[in-house]
Amino acid sequence: MNEKELDSLKELAIKVRENIVRMSTDGGCFTGASLSCADLFVFLYSKFLNVTPHNLQDPLRDYLFLSKGHDVPALYGLFAEIGFIEKSRLENHLKTNDHIYWHPNTKISGVEFHSGSLGHLPSVAMGVAIDCRLKGQSNKVVVVTGDGELNEGSVWEAALVAAAHKLDNLIWIVDRNYFQANAATEELIPLKSIKEKFEAFGWNASDVDGHDFEKLEETFSVLPAQNGKPTIVVAHTVRGKGLPSIERRADRWFCNFTHEEVSALLTELQDNKMAELNSETLVVR
Amino acid sequence: MNYEQLITETALADERFVIMTAENRALVRNIPSHPILSKRFIDTGITEQTMIGMAAGLALRGRVPIVHALAAFLTMRAFEFIRTDVGIANLPVKLTGFIPGLLSDGNGPTHQAIEDISIMRGIPHMQVFAPADEEDMLAMLPEIWCSSSPAYTRANLIKPIYQHDKNFEIGKAEVVSEGSTITFLVYGMLFNNVFKAKEILEAQGHSVGLVNMRSLKPVDEEAIIAATQQSELTVIVEDHFQIGGLYSIVAEVLLKNQSTTNVHSLSLHDNWFRPGRLNEVLEYEGFTPEKIAAQSIQVLESTSKEKV
Repeated sequence: MNEKELDSLKELAIKVRENIVRMSTDGGCFTGASLSCADLFVFLYSKFLNVTPHNLQDPLRDYLFLSKGHDVPALYGLFAEIGFIEKSRLENHLKTNDHIYWHPNTKISGVEFHSGSLGHLPSVAMGVAIDCRLKGQSNKVVVVTGDGELNEGSVWEAALVAAAHKLDNLIWIVDRNYFQANAATEELIPLKSIKEKFEAFGWNASDVDGHDFEKLEETFSVLPAQNGKPTIVVAHTVRGKGLPSIERRADRWFCNFTHEEVSALLTELQDNKMAELNSETLVVR
Repeated sequence: MNYEQLITETALADERFVIMTAENRALVRNIPSHPILSKRFIDTGITEQTMIGMAAGLALRGRVPIVHALAAFLTMRAFEFIRTDVGIANLPVKLTGFIPGLLSDGNGPTHQAIEDISIMRGIPHMQVFAPADEEDMLAMLPEIWCSSSPAYTRANLIKPIYQHDKNFEIGKAEVVSEGSTITFLVYGMLFNNVFKAKEILEAQGHSVGLVNMRSLKPVDEEAIIAATQQSELTVIVEDHFQIGGLYSIVAEVLLKNQSTTNVHSLSLHDNWFRPGRLNEVLEYEGFTPEKIAAQSIQVLESTSKEKV
C-alpha cells in the first residue's frame, strides 16, 4: 500500500467516524462499538471485498454479514461515503420515514441480512458460503462478530460446523475491542486467546491490529486461504477508537450526546483534544 | 411412495432444493449416499440453531432448504433462529418436525412437541400443516414445498385407514363428513381414532361430521364456521396443549365472525402427557376411539340438559 492509498483510507475513516458521532445524538447509538470497527469496514470495502453499489444483485459478488448489528452506524457511515446510500439519509437516523435504526436491515442498500440478536450471522454466512461452493463460485463470504458476542453458544456451534464442512471460502472477523455491553470481556466472561480457541476447532487463525491498514492488508492479502479450513481474523481494536474521551470506557457503550457535545467530539476527532462530556450515558440492550 | 421417495423425486426435478438435517436422518436415510443428491444433503450435526441459520443463508441464495429435526428441538431449541432469520426475512425454508405431538411416545416431556403449532403459527408468514397420516402427508407436501413461504409440517408416518382427497390446497381443510349432532375438528395422528369414534357414534344412530384440518395456518375459516353451525356440538381433538392450538384457532375464527357455539376440547390441559408405548399413551390420555366417542356423548348430554 503506497502512502497515497494509506492517506485516502485514513481520510475515509475520519469521515466515517464523523458520521458515527453525528448519529450519537437525538436518541443516540452504540458509538463505542461502532468506532472500534470503523477502520475494518473502511479496509474491507476499499481493499478486500468485491462489492460495490453496482453489483449488489450479482451472485458472484463478495458478501459481508454484520453479526454484531449494533455497530451499524459504522457500516452506514461508510455506505454514505462510498455511494451505497445517499449521505443525507443519515439525518433520518431513528426517524420512521426511513429504516435507519440501531440494527441493520435489508431495506438499506448494501446490507446483506438483518441482525441485532447476537450469534446469528455466522451460520447464515455459512449457508451462503456452502451455496457458493455448490455452484462452483469463488465469492468470499465475510462475517463480522464482536468479541462479547462469542459468549453466545450458537457461535461455537457454527465454528464446529464450518470446520466440519471445510468452508474455506468463509472468513470470520472478530472485532476484538475487549468490551461487551457494560463490562470488560476479560472481567466478565474471559475469552483469553480467541486465536488459539479457533485453531483448536480446526480453523486458520490470526491476530491483527484492526486499526492498522498496512497490517490488515498483509493479513488479508493471503485470504481466502483455500486450504480446506475456514479462516478467522481476530482484529484487535479499541472501543471508542478516535475519541480519547470515550476510549476503553465500560460506561461509553451507548451514547446519546447533546448537540454541543457532538460539536466538541467532531473537533476531538481532528485534534485529539478531549471534549468535555456531561451527558448521562444510556445503557440499553 | 414414501417421504424419502417424494423428497428424492422433488429434489431431482428442481435443483433449488437442498436437504438438511440436524443429525435426524430417520426420514432421509438414503439421501447421503444418493449419486446426485448427496451433494445437496447437509447434515450439521446436533445443531438445530446452526442448521436454521444456514438454511436461511441458502435460501438467500435462491435455494429451498427442507430441514429435518425432532419437532421439539426444531421448533423450540431453534425457535429464535426460525423467527428471526427465516421469519423476518420471509424465506422459503421448509421445516419437517419429526415425532410431533403424541408420536414422541416413550421419550418423555423433553421430546414432547405439544406447543409447536402454537409457537410456529405465531411467526408472521409461517405456514403450519399437520397431515392426518402418511398418505395425507404425501398429498400435501408437494404444495407445501413449492409455496414461496416458510412452512412447518408435523411429520406423520401413521398408516392411513381412510382414503384422503389427493387434492390439497394450502388453507383448505378436508371435510370427510357433515353431521347434525357432533362435528369433530381434528388434525394429525389423532385423525384415525377420531374417524373410528365417528363410526362408533354413527352405529349408535348419531349424525357425525368430521373435518381433517390439514392446514392450520392459513386455516380454513369457512370449514370451521360451517362445521360449528351445523352441529349441536363441535369437538376439537388435538395432541397439543389446549392453549394456542386448534382450540385457540377456532376461538379466534368464531370471535372474528361474531359467532358462538357449543365447543368442547379434547387436548392436553397444561401438562405433559404420560410417556409410554403409543397405544398405552392414547389409552391413558383418553384418545382411544371409545373414549373420544364416550366423552363427546357425555358433553353433548350435559349441554342438552343445561338447555332444558
